This record gives sequence, structure tokens and C-alpha cells, in this order.
Amino acid sequence: MSNLLIRTEQLVAGWQQPATAPLDLRLSSGQILGLTGPNGVGKSTILGALTGRAKIFSGEIDLRPNLRLALQAQDAPPVDGLPLSGKELLALTGASPEGLPPWLLERLDQRLDRLSGGQRHYLSLWAILQAPADVVLLDEPTNNLDAVGTEHLAIALRQRVAHGAAIILVSHDDAFVSTVCDQVLVLKGASHVG
Amino acid sequence: MWDDIFLIPFLTGLCLALALPILGCFLRLRDEWLAALAYAHVAAAGALLALVGGMAPAIGGMGAAALAGAGKRFFSKRLAGGAAFALMLLGGWALAVLLAANQPLAERLGHALFDGQLYFSGSDNLYFVLPWCLFSIPLLAWLSRQLLLARIYPDYFHAQHLPAWPVLSGFDLLAALTLALATMTLGVMGGFALVFVPPWIVFRRARSWHSGLLLSSLIGSVGYVAAFAIALGLDQPFGPVLALLLIAVGLLIA
Repeated sequence: MSNLLIRTEQLVAGWQQPATAPLDLRLSSGQILGLTGPNGVGKSTILGALTGRAKIFSGEIDLRPNLRLALQAQDAPPVDGLPLSGKELLALTGASPEGLPPWLLERLDQRLDRLSGGQRHYLSLWAILQAPADVVLLDEPTNNLDAVGTEHLAIALRQRVAHGAAIILVSHDDAFVSTVCDQVLVLKGASHVG
Repeated sequence: MWDDIFLIPFLTGLCLALALPILGCFLRLRDEWLAALAYAHVAAAGALLALVGGMAPAIGGMGAAALAGAGKRFFSKRLAGGAAFALMLLGGWALAVLLAANQPLAERLGHALFDGQLYFSGSDNLYFVLPWCLFSIPLLAWLSRQLLLARIYPDYFHAQHLPAWPVLSGFDLLAALTLALATMTLGVMGGFALVFVPPWIVFRRARSWHSGLLLSSLIGSVGYVAAFAIALGLDQPFGPVLALLLIAVGLLIA
């Protein structure tokens, strides 16, 4: 397939030891792929393997040459006590503020550590989601978001892939995953249900 | 006050007073403010060692600090959590005190380095410090985005399949050499005061990163000029006057 961006074959990844069952995955541009499953099946580890941080124990990963990835990890960025404004955060990753909800747009000049936890999370997420990248990897993006934020995120994800990017989304939020994803892989430790 | 005997030390210190607070902001960003003290002590020990060995102290100080800055990444797994800087500080201090205690030649320079010896800075120092500051301030501005990304989105470099080590090692080396020059010029604690206090104030008060860098440099340079004038007017050692002045400003506005 000409617009295939990522392919894994029987991928087993982990940190010190194997943490996932063999995974076959295909991701093309314009697609949102959801990875779900209980804690400990290695959802975040898969994202780590795709970015080259986690170790590949067996199988393989094929990335399209010169593929640009952007990763939003679960951990909140350490911005407490740091004089960094929202506008500066977006400039760091090259993300455009266009499309941000009004409740964040009007606070872009404020320091991040003066924003609420939800506002800070959404802005950190936005900085990655709108960064120049072919594939955006999101790890539990709906954490800390209220219903309005979650709804806005769903629209933003669809708009992002409409412009040619692809997204892999790790989430425990089944309702959100089923709403926004084109394809869902449920990781169960030993096998995956497509 | 503006005779050459004071003008050259004043200008040399002013260059550092502009640069050190900016460097301090990046050290604070990386939770590495202890590095200022660590590199300063290593530089002091290197300078004394060079003096005893018949070499120029400045070369020994900068060489030792550069070696420590470049070498710390090789031991990063074993020395996580700031342990590298604590060990450098202890090792540098111990070596410097032992050299000063056992070598009469080193004793005088040791006192000068630890007390703050700005008025003894000559044109040799200025010829090192001025070009270095003209080089390091724009370099820090250029590294700013990468250093912020490495701190806020540590996975950014992995995700883009870019190596982070040139940026991080380059910064370590820059910090080590700048702090070595500061130690040779302002003394251990004078340099530390400029690296620590202005960034501490602006991290609490600044509205943005860029305004914080500018404000930090402004606080450092204004504090430096005031301390220079007070120390000279009252015939007091420069380093302690600078430290007390910056502490007072910090407690007032931070």
C-alpha cells in the first residue's frame, strides 16, 4: 500500500524483558488506530518501541523512510515553577494555535504553571498533536480532560488525520476510542483481537 | 574608579554578569544548579594544580572543568540524581584545600579563588572572557529550544530519531567552561551568586521564558554594578558584597 506509514510483524517489545505479546500492526495515513487493553499488556511499551526507546526482543518494525513521529507520553511535562508560556510551548514543537478552544486561546500568554491541570494537559497535548509529524502517538490523551475537552479533542483528531497524518491512540477510555478510531486493537497479553 | 586598574576588572566581571544568569536559567531548567558550585570547585582545583605544576592557572582551571563537563556523561548511569555534581564539588574542594595547605605557591591563589578576587583580574582575563561571552550567549539562545524540548518532552529526540547527546554534551561543556572562567574572575561564590540568584528570582516572577532570560541578565548586571561600586567605595571584598546584595534583592522581589 503506497500510503503505509508503519508496519510491525510479530513485534515483541519491552524494557528489561519482553512485555508484549507478538503484535502485527498496519498504519496508513489518514487513519486513527486505537490500542486498548488492561494495564500491563504493554500498550505504552509499543509506543516506546516505535520511537526507538523500548527494546525490540523479536519481530520487526518497518517505518516509512524519513517518517516524522511525535509522542505525547502519559507523564505530565515538568512545568511547575518554570516560566514558560503557552505560546512558547507551542512554538517549541512548531504547533499552530489555530483550532484551539477559546478557553485556551485566551490564556496562551499565561505561564503553564498558572493554568489548571486540565488546561495544562490539553495544551501539552495540543503541542504534540499539531507538531509537524506524519504519525502522532498519544498515550492516554483523555486523562484530566472534562467532557468539553474530550469532545474538542475528538474533533481535533479527525481534523488532524484529514490533513494526511495518522494517529495511534492508547487509551482506557473505550467510549472515546470507539468514537474516534478507524481500527482498534485490543491487547490481551497473549493475543490481540482486531 | 575608572582607572585601568579598576576598569578592566569591571568590564571582565560585567561580561560574566550578563552571561552567568542566562546560563543559570538553563542549569535551573535542567535541575542542575548545583553544577555551578561543582564546576567552580573543579576549576579551582585545576587552577591550583596547574600552578603547582608550573602551568598557567587559567588553563588548568578550564581544562579541569571541561574534562569534568565532558566526562560526566560517561558515568551518567552510576551518577544519576545530581550525584555527579556533588562528587565533583567534594573532590574539587578536597583537592584545592590539600594543595593550598601543602604548597605555599597555591595558598595565595587558593584564597583569591575562594574569597573572590575580581580586582586582580587583568587584561588576560578580559581577552578570554569577552569573546567567550560573545560566543556563549548567542549559543545558549540557539540551544534554548532544544534544551527546553529535552526537558519538557524528553521523548522528542527519540521520536524524531535525532540524537540528543550533541545538544546535552555541548551544553555541559559550555557550562563547565563558562563557570571555570567565572571562577577565575569572580571567585567561586561570586560566580555562584550570579548563576543561582537571578534565575531563582525570574523562575518565580517572569511571565515567559524569553522575558525571564532577559530579566535574569538584567538583575545580574545591575546587581553586579551596584556591588562593584559598594565594595569599592567601602573597601570590602567584592564576592561577599555581591552575594549579600543579590540575596537581599531576591528576598525582596522573589
